[in-house]
Amino acid sequence: MSRLIARAPAEGLTPLDADGTTLIELPMEPITAISPFAGQEKAVNAALKPLGLRFPKPGQSLARGKARILWTGQDQAFLIGVAPPEIPGAALADQSDGWARLRLTGALAEAALARLVPLDLRTGAFPLDATARSLLNHMPLSVTRTGTDSFDLMVFRSMATTAVHELDVAMRSVAARQDGG
Amino acid sequence: MRIPCPLCGPRDLREFSYRGHAVGLDRPAPDAGETAWDEFVYLRENPAGPTQDLWYHEAGCGAWLVVERNTVTHEITGARLASEAAS
Ligand SMILES: [Zn+2]
Repeated sequence: MSRLIARAPAEGLTPLDADGTTLIELPMEPITAISPFAGQEKAVNAALKPLGLRFPKPGQSLARGKARILWTGQDQAFLIGVAPPEIPGAALADQSDGWARLRLTGALAEAALARLVPLDLRTGAFPLDATARSLLNHMPLSVTRTGTDSFDLMVFRSMATTAVHELDVAMRSVAARQDGG
Repeated sequence: MRIPCPLCGPRDLREFSYRGHAVGLDRPAPDAGETAWDEFVYLRENPAGPTQDLWYHEAGCGAWLVVERNTVTHEITGARLASEAAS
């Protein structure tokens, strides 16, 4: 029988460093898409309550202990970091193997993302725990601010290599401009 | 061009794809007859001024929107969820 070797989506591609701004791949965790059925928001919130979470509003993410829930689209959120509870009022789909999760941290993080993402990600417009679906250049993206200079990025697993490449180029470009200025 | 998504806020055009006039939400009944179906499939107004289009927020929330736009000034004057417009 063949031996299958588990590999993380961006295995071997990170960490990257540009002038102290770093890109790492986050450890693989359970990811579950939660899509409440019509009129079931209350039931879904009740099911999430033991985790200290509720269904997030558009653009919102919530973290409690190991668990994070982030809004990922119309009537959809991702629960990350813990196995999902029973949620009778929602459709659940395991997405754990479908996404590459990256964390960009450092003084140049905003400037690097500004080259790739068509959003205002400065703190005033995108504060701590804000989340959005958008694009990383041409790739579908989920972006969440997880610190004063830290962003968690999710792209489809099949695009992990391209995403790391795009981020690498953007990080090195803004670092080079800083050195020159 | 920016489109004000009711869920995501104002977003760049590149996040959206276009379908056509919002008449697409008013699909005739299967037995509505040839005239109604001919109009639905083939005939469109060509207004100079306000009109309503269907846009899909493909790289955002995944919602279909009814976007109001002015064909003369190119101004976008509003957007709402198609799911709410249709109900
Ligand atoms: Zn949207």
